[in-house]
Amino acid sequence: MTCTEFLAQLDEMLDQDAALPLRADLEEHLRECEHCEITLSTTRKTIEIYRSHELYELPEDLRERLHKAILAKCRKC
Amino acid sequence: MSSSIQSQGAAEVHPDVLLVERARQGDMAAYEKLVKQYDRQVFRIAQHIVQNREDAEDVVQDAFLKAYEKLDQFQGNSKFYTWLVRIAVNESLMRLRKRRTGKMVSIDEEVETDEGSMPRDLADWSPDPEALYGQSEMGDILRRTIQGLPPGFRVVFVLRDVEGLSTEETAETLGLSIPAVKSRLLRARLQLRERLSRYFKRRNGKSAQGGAK
Repeated sequence: MTCTEFLAQLDEMLDQDAALPLRADLEEHLRECEHCEITLSTTRKTIEIYRSHELYELPEDLRERLHKAILAKCRKC
Repeated sequence: MSSSIQSQGAAEVHPDVLLVERARQGDMAAYEKLVKQYDRQVFRIAQHIVQNREDAEDVVQDAFLKAYEKLDQFQGNSKFYTWLVRIAVNESLMRLRKRRTGKMVSIDEEVETDEGSMPRDLADWSPDPEALYGQSEMGDILRRTIQGLPPGFRVVFVLRDVEGLSTEETAETLGLSIPAVKSRLLRARLQLRERLSRYFKRRNGKSAQGGAK
């Protein structure tokens, strides 16, 4: 398996849904290729880091203001 | 109750569908529950697309108002949340177009770039990149990095990886094919990884030898 072939299956590896025979080939490639091993682990970390950080929080006072505005508009329609 | 909702069978009805049904009959408390359930997600998605807080606030209002006006069109064969997100994404893109008058903004546009198609930065990351930066500095890095992605990649990454929609739901929400979602998601993930490497790579550590085969 080449790195390009591995990369084409990267999402399946990340989402853990590669079919078993394919998974064995991918894992064998990973054992031999530090480049792809790093690509996989750092891409996985990229997703985790974005998932675990709330980048755009909605403060409670703004939330309440939005709720009031939304419901007032809905009542009018 | 409409026939499309009844046909799902009583045991399988999602609680949102019942709230939608009550809201259709004029129960504002039911609609308020839906607003409270999804306002944070809609705000986040809007912010990621419009990249401006004031516009994102307007999108939240407009999306929930539009959804309310169109409640009769909600069929119950998709989740209320994905239906709402589709409205919010469209509202966000409209705002973006207004702001950048004369410049078309579309999630359908093909993005001509090789960036991320083959990883170049082979350095491994620090074992705990989060320890390298304070919470607010980390937030700045993550915002700056994702804002640099083309809108069509950014929105796919946000829906699929941040908000946790399935590939199928992301495709349905954005009106894209499943292969298009998969290809954009891969490019988005790799581009973000490449850009974050500048901040997170091992300072004095090793990097992988050799290159792509």
